[in-house]
Amino acid sequence: MQAENAKKEIITLDYGSGGEKTSRLIESMILPAFDNPALRVLGDGAVLKGGERLVFSADSFVVTPWRFPGGDIGKLCVCGTVNDVCMAGGRPEYLSLSFIIEEGFPAEDLETIISSIAREAQKAGVSIVTGDTKVVERGKGDGIYINTAGIGIQRAEIPGRSAICRGDAVILSGSAGCHGAAVMMARAGLLGDDVLRSDCRSLEELSRAVLENGTVRIMRDPTRGGVATTLNEFTEGMPFSIELTEEWIPVEPAVEAACELLGLDPLYCACEGRLLAVVAQEDADAVVEALRALEGGEGAARIGTVTEIHPGKVFLKTRLGGIRFLPKLSGQQLPRIC
Amino acid sequence: MRYDAVFRNPGNAEQVIRQMADRLTGRDPVRLMEICGTHTMAIARTGLRSLLPERVKLLSGPGCPVCVTPAGVMDEILELSSRPGIRIASYGDLLRVPGSTPGDCLLRRKAMGALTEAVYSPMDAIALAELNPEEEVVFLGVGFETTAPGTAACIREAARKGLRNFSVLCLLKQTEPALRALIEAPDFHVDGFLCPGHVAAITGAEAFRFLLEEYGLPAVISGFEAGDLLYSVSELIRMVSEGRPELKNEYIRLVKPRGNELAKKGAEMVFEPCCSLWRGIGELPEGGLAIRREYEAWDAAHKFGLSLRAGRELPGCCCGEVIRGGKNPWECPLFGKRCTPSDPVGPCMVSGEGACAAAWRYRLWENGD
Repeated sequence: MQAENAKKEIITLDYGSGGEKTSRLIESMILPAFDNPALRVLGDGAVLKGGERLVFSADSFVVTPWRFPGGDIGKLCVCGTVNDVCMAGGRPEYLSLSFIIEEGFPAEDLETIISSIAREAQKAGVSIVTGDTKVVERGKGDGIYINTAGIGIQRAEIPGRSAICRGDAVILSGSAGCHGAAVMMARAGLLGDDVLRSDCRSLEELSRAVLENGTVRIMRDPTRGGVATTLNEFTEGMPFSIELTEEWIPVEPAVEAACELLGLDPLYCACEGRLLAVVAQEDADAVVEALRALEGGEGAARIGTVTEIHPGKVFLKTRLGGIRFLPKLSGQQLPRIC
Repeated sequence: MRYDAVFRNPGNAEQVIRQMADRLTGRDPVRLMEICGTHTMAIARTGLRSLLPERVKLLSGPGCPVCVTPAGVMDEILELSSRPGIRIASYGDLLRVPGSTPGDCLLRRKAMGALTEAVYSPMDAIALAELNPEEEVVFLGVGFETTAPGTAACIREAARKGLRNFSVLCLLKQTEPALRALIEAPDFHVDGFLCPGHVAAITGAEAFRFLLEEYGLPAVISGFEAGDLLYSVSELIRMVSEGRPELKNEYIRLVKPRGNELAKKGAEMVFEPCCSLWRGIGELPEGGLAIRREYEAWDAAHKFGLSLRAGRELPGCCCGEVIRGGKNPWECPLFGKRCTPSDPVGPCMVSGEGACAAAWRYRLWENGD
């Protein structure tokens, strides 16, 4: 086993040194995967065609394990930044891509990740135009870290939470908590691939559908902290509240079961391919219908309403008919004892 | 459809609650106590409190195993975690519990270099010991009768494998002695008990018969879905209003009269009752479980010379009274001010199952309790 492993190619410190091995990495792995005019120049920076108003976002990705049911860190690093640009009303065009790789990381795994990035970038219609590769000593990095920054051209002006008013509808584009639950189950080594998959996907199409079919106050993708935490970001310090109806919230049975097993709450588990939108009441039906017609939006639903009962708060009307408050997550979700 | 779907969505909540209110007209408020952290959370999660008639008071008793662990024990765990070569394996809940010093917890020690990992099962801790032969892995065995059999199985497995670098810090508690101490206290004022379904799954429903036969108290062993809770509470109200206490098992889909004999035997092989300090209640002669002499080699307290002493209670912290049901969480002077989930003083706020954490998350003081 040791001898076999010794033969497999691994990323060493030399690959990050800027010398011959770095050039080889770029030429053999990176260029072919992302080929485009801006990148081909291989300049220190990419010269790009812009627009009147730009949307710019950055994110770093450190997920462990790097591969999980429904995706990998490559897919995630493209979707994460593409989605942030979309949520802010931009049409994503360009991405930068920076790797920090731990010495000893198998080259084969890097190739898989690069393929995922290329595939996802093509789907989202973005070009990888600039980037960087660094290699750190063993023990100084958790396999691989990735940073992406994205530029988009503004396609809609989204007013933000100050425009939210009583009666507005809260819409979720699909079932809650899939990504968080899938990653936790993968970490716990509890399930095979087919039962529970991350919802990781680009929201470019879905966000366009929302903008085209309704008056949007605000849009956000509920990543860390899940749906509940993101909705709190809308209500915090504001004169309105958000009331969710438990029966309306889509949660896949597998996610519900996994969360029960692990002692987690789907409303606090990350989604990486869902959007939350607050839209004018009269547009709710049209927006939901438009989402349901698209891949990734089949499970879209109106999950709640903006009210004024408990200003600044998010709460849930439970199936039983009672009330439960949903505060912001105060730290990581920790699984319960018994 | 899930087999317990009807329990999730009973559909007749309004009717049942109206019946409850009718039964209580003209009566003094009825005080019911639950003694299970999972019940505390389930009640809050379903929004049940906001629906119950005003005359029904739901109290949270000593059902959270983390909350009843004294601060001094946490201090010793924290000290152990920072010793070189030691890897602590723990259930997630314990990672944020402070000892006598606010802010000092396993998560913080981990950020400072201590080897600490959250595990779902004690068997995961065994795997850790096998993967890291040069380290000493210590599993923090917290819990009640529900977790005792699993913890026992892991110790027997370690013995079978002859694992020398693995031990368990046994902090297991027994439910009955605590219930008796509560009931026999001079300020005890509870009209009925909602009994823990998971504990009963192991011990058997009959383990709670003493509540009826020795103390004349109504008791219902309840599941954790909305329907279970609603029905169990309504049954307790019926018993109180009719003056006819009973022991009733509502959770029949999981709980048998004699419980899980195999699990009980497994636990008895490894553990014996011992004197144990319960935060908020005091020292109980058979309040805990200790590892038997023949498994001493896997007993972390013995291996590392831990005394499991009480420690200093933080000034102002009312965890003890809250656990006993004497105070509501929001009546503690530190609640929401010095003590919040992100910066807790006592375990009741930190633990996912603590009464204070539940009260905070579900804003229970707003329900006019």
